[in-house]
Amino acid sequence: MSIAVTIPPEKLTGTAVGKSTPKLENREKVLGRAEYIDDLYRPGMLHAAILGSPHAHARILSYDVSQALAAPGVVAVITGDDVPDGRMGAFIKDEHALAKGKVLYQGEPVAAVAAETLEQARAAVNLIEVEYEELPAVLSPEEGLAPDAPILHENLDAYFKVFDAGSKGNLCSRTELSEGDVDSAWAECAVVVEGEYTTEPQAHVAIEPCGALAEVDAQGRVTLWSANQSVFRVQANVCESLNLPMSRLRSLTPRVGAGFGNKMEAHVQPLTVALAMKTGRPVKCILTREEDFEIVRARHPFKVRMKTGADAQGRLIARDCEVLLDCGAFADDSPGVLGYALLMSGGPYRIPNQRARGKLVYTNKLRFGAFRGFGNPQVGFAGEQQIDQIARKLGIDPIEMRRRNMLREGDGWFAGPKVASNGLARCLDAVEAASGWARRDAISAAPGKRRGKGIAISAHISGLLGTGAIVRMLEDGTIALNTGATDIGQGSDTVLAQICAEALQVPVEMVSVASPDTDGSPYNWGTTASRVTYTTGRAVAGAARDVLRQAMDHAAEMLDVPVDQLELREGGRIAVKGANVDLPFAAISARAHWAKGGPIVGSHSLVFDEPTHDPKRAIALGLPFPRIGVFSFGAVVVDVEVDEVTGQPRVAEAWSAIDVGRAINPRLVDVQIEGGFVQGMGFALYEAMVWDGARLVNPSLMDYKIPTSADTPPIHSIIVEDPEPNGPFGAKGAGEIGLNPVPAAIANALTQVVGGPLHALPMTPERVLDQMTGQADEQPQGQGDEA
Amino acid sequence: MAGKEVFALQINGTRREIFAPGDATLLDVLRDDLALRAAKRGCNQGVCGACTVMVDGVPVRGCLTLAGACTGREVTTLEGFADDAAMQALQEAMILSGGVQCGFCTSGMLITARDLVAQTPVPDEPAIRSALSGNLCRCTGYVRIVEAVTDAALQLARQKDTKREAVE
Repeated sequence: MSIAVTIPPEKLTGTAVGKSTPKLENREKVLGRAEYIDDLYRPGMLHAAILGSPHAHARILSYDVSQALAAPGVVAVITGDDVPDGRMGAFIKDEHALAKGKVLYQGEPVAAVAAETLEQARAAVNLIEVEYEELPAVLSPEEGLAPDAPILHENLDAYFKVFDAGSKGNLCSRTELSEGDVDSAWAECAVVVEGEYTTEPQAHVAIEPCGALAEVDAQGRVTLWSANQSVFRVQANVCESLNLPMSRLRSLTPRVGAGFGNKMEAHVQPLTVALAMKTGRPVKCILTREEDFEIVRARHPFKVRMKTGADAQGRLIARDCEVLLDCGAFADDSPGVLGYALLMSGGPYRIPNQRARGKLVYTNKLRFGAFRGFGNPQVGFAGEQQIDQIARKLGIDPIEMRRRNMLREGDGWFAGPKVASNGLARCLDAVEAASGWARRDAISAAPGKRRGKGIAISAHISGLLGTGAIVRMLEDGTIALNTGATDIGQGSDTVLAQICAEALQVPVEMVSVASPDTDGSPYNWGTTASRVTYTTGRAVAGAARDVLRQAMDHAAEMLDVPVDQLELREGGRIAVKGANVDLPFAAISARAHWAKGGPIVGSHSLVFDEPTHDPKRAIALGLPFPRIGVFSFGAVVVDVEVDEVTGQPRVAEAWSAIDVGRAINPRLVDVQIEGGFVQGMGFALYEAMVWDGARLVNPSLMDYKIPTSADTPPIHSIIVEDPEPNGPFGAKGAGEIGLNPVPAAIANALTQVVGGPLHALPMTPERVLDQMTGQADEQPQGQGDEA
Repeated sequence: MAGKEVFALQINGTRREIFAPGDATLLDVLRDDLALRAAKRGCNQGVCGACTVMVDGVPVRGCLTLAGACTGREVTTLEGFADDAAMQALQEAMILSGGVQCGFCTSGMLITARDLVAQTPVPDEPAIRSALSGNLCRCTGYVRIVEAVTDAALQLARQKDTKREAVE
């Protein structure tokens, strides 16, 4: 169902890039032989179970583990008294390996048992007695900011923070960005729209629950396998929380049963290592599905207040955005999500006057954190509806409205970074044509149904932080690639092998890809932020160039011609230009190994270093990402049908175009578009984690529904290529952009059908029906939508 | 916890002696006792479908089936389909289509698809979507999985036709 606007494969030169090579590990997966964390066993291995806190906020007064220790099969019990006082956290170091002194959310791990069997460990957990002094709980950001609120982190001031967070009381962080003069700009506007929007927590629901397996050798060195998105973040989190030097811990990864942000920072790795250190035996800890819901992390609920104004021609003049985020009990990636959401709050538009402010507040709930989109879908839900509202008021077609205002190549993004490549216009063209947008009013609905189309656009970065690659030429001239990037199933091993193969003009089958290993792989911050193809791809291309330079030097000596007379030819051969004389890599590598120069090892590393903030253009306070990345773009059109009696909305068909710079592997990009669409559709229409007071009431797949094959529409994926100047072969990220605009596009379609705007996610049948029958809740405090 | 007992199961064509608690599930026994780990534990509640295996030719949830209840019945896991032409066609189609991402749902998905192509030689898209709706995938959006099953079913039907023609 993909529509190819990429370069046709037959027109591609080279060996690998642009070809839909099946993923390298597909065969082991279809044979059921891929090994995930729960498939790993070690001799003498113990099984772990976790005791969760029954309270949302309480002081731990004492533990009695004697009965648990005496239970059959139990080898060790650990509590907060058994773990050091180290604290971990990506932005603010506020979290121990296990609760120490206090518990901050219901379900928080308080103790853990290692036993000979899983059943014995689970039975023993119930024998642990913990005495608590219950404290009043903070269950919403508003409660957390109240002057007399109970304080979660009494020592917040003393915590290490990687940026100017402005933390105080329960305020975890605040960020403010401003460009132009928003307050005076409203006077220039012919139309101003304003509204409040709320979104609910979404669970990641990777089908593989989180887990870890740790063992300690006779020298006291730890080896740790875990389901993760970064072996290096695992290493950092475990070592920070357990006060271990990083050189004492080796972090590895088996195959990962998907990660959508949930496996980026720590889950059970620290407590699993603590158990392995206490017992001296290998310990495996795999979360149940319920625990995976209750104690890992989830997408932030947002409260967004937004106001947008345009002149009579529909040119956007100003946008003001204020957000309030529930952080949950620990900072985790939340400060990043807040900062990123604010940076993205203007959308991919030229808006001369913009302001975005937000607060992130600790509450006694599960930590909220990274989830595909990273705050972008939530602000987009508000912003893209307001673009449609303005267009409607001015009688402008929604696509035309976006064309008039979209960012162009060379424009600055809100706060400062420059947009280099920009295929947004072509994304819009593509979805407009493919969806039959011009004829959208002509489609008739089935009896008892109403039907309509909606559009939304988005941008997303790919970049951020450090990455490296090592490319080695083996004795026989084949290639070994090692990057430290965890493939979470999306296919980065394959894509990086394709980049390496293309750079060296060898078939992709000649490139092996090493599994990430903190002992042997170069640093990779992680498989997150849509970054691996772009940043790690750049490192791979650089390392391959390093290999090639060394091989050329050998060839020049071997052929006795200057390097500038040599060229690389397909098949991994270095040839004399214009002559039928060449050397295969095998001959060159043999010389390097046995005669001269030493084995060929190429390496390259980089950190994304272009500043996010241009102080000449914008004011920024508390920006967690000083250097952010390059921009991918996307546009999506959905055809939505609503049942007139029940209000049940259904996406009937979808068209999603994304500009990925260059599709290294078009099929894998298609699947990012399709998978992102469906995850966004679940978020838009029915997914929500529900708390009753402090208790999560739907931590199971019975009560928390994700889209099935029967719920998903035909999705037409469209790849647009506008090469990024410094991307590997022009590529930029594809991982998140396909999800971002989906809730907004569905909301805009529903507005066509039942009237809008839609102020709250998920857009359940009840909410849609209320909208259709004119019974939707009035906006609070007179915040009308259209001022 | 129930006491352990000895019983025999017929698994992938071989008789296996099991020593497991009476409340052990088929999934527990397959994964922990027999090291047959293609079936995955995704929810242990019968919802996600990652643990789907065949019992007497019918797909069942390994996590909801007591191992002891399978005595005298034929249990087939994905590993047991190694020489099955229909399964091979499905596996090849999944490799090529892009229907495999993280792979955690893949084994269960393949068992369900194998049952579908046995029941309905050339299933249309709604039939495929309906049949697979008890196997959750969070990566692909299902498009390429549906495509793979469509392709494999067509190919199998064609092979059957060719064979029939050859016989006639």
